Amino acid sequence: MADDHAEDHAAADPLVIAGEKFGSRLIMGTGGAPNLEELERALVASGTELTTVALRRVDPSAPGSLFEVLERTGIRPLPNTAGCFTARDAVRTAKLGREALGTDWVKLEVIADERTLLPDPVELLDAADQLVDDGFVVLAYTNDDPVLARRLADAGVAAVMPLGAPIGSGMGIRNPYNLAMILEEATVPVILDAGVGTASDAAKAMELGCDAVLLASAVTRARDPIAMATAMRHAVVAGRLARGAGRIPRRLYAEASTSFDGLADL
Amino acid sequence: MSTVRVVVNGETHEWDGPLSVDDLLGRLDLDRRGLAVALNGEVVPRSTWADRDVADGDHVEILTIAQGG
Repeated sequence: MADDHAEDHAAADPLVIAGEKFGSRLIMGTGGAPNLEELERALVASGTELTTVALRRVDPSAPGSLFEVLERTGIRPLPNTAGCFTARDAVRTAKLGREALGTDWVKLEVIADERTLLPDPVELLDAADQLVDDGFVVLAYTNDDPVLARRLADAGVAAVMPLGAPIGSGMGIRNPYNLAMILEEATVPVILDAGVGTASDAAKAMELGCDAVLLASAVTRARDPIAMATAMRHAVVAGRLARGAGRIPRRLYAEASTSFDGLADL
Repeated sequence: MSTVRVVVNGETHEWDGPLSVDDLLGRLDLDRRGLAVALNGEVVPRSTWADRDVADGDHVEILTIAQGG
């Protein structure tokens, strides 16, 4: 089956972050799902092996347990620092995530304001420095700024995760040229994080050379999250394969694929 | 036996002391899996929950994983 071939290819071409291998290049977040049952089905359909989770006050009356969803599916959790506006809060939240899940991996997210949810570069770099010093494996959510991405890599993060567009906006990749600059000089994996609206956005990110795509809302807020999770799974594999296959050059005029030799004289 | 008044996630509780972080989690009947605790803003490592006492007037935050990101 052609589909099996694609999956085999993905397994033979793993995503490697900080020396650890993942068979899927799609990282799906847990945010935005209406309930845990729907989330679990979408996570499984996406084929993801790594999923982001937030830290919030415990609510003993909340129905179900995200922890049990992770245990059942075997998907590795990646705690994040969502909701933090300062390096101080992000570092503390990362440490709480480490205690909660027993992992020193963290998706570092330090936002500037609630309207844009854009990363605050000054606080982000400060937090990255502190967390790397403390032994964390930092996956840094960042702006599509090649200089900031370079500074984060220099600080020792394990992956830079530039946004395609603001979180939840579904606007796709607003600045593919900046993303290309980030990719060209990348010394660590580059993961497109935020902005994906539909499958073609994810495929495009992979075609541009991203190592992986991280998304949540595009799946969890789709009318049919399971179908969209399946679409994203295929899009990421398709984009990766297309990148490796080498696209034909763009040209203004046609280039015949059928020879004119031997054409009948009618 | 002294009474310990503790603010947990914004709500005030009164318990008989002395009280460790681990005792506090027990009195709230919480599943410890996936939990993290901050005492007066400082993260308390899981390995020290049993030894770390909660004092009168302390502020405790108990967090767990939630959907997000």
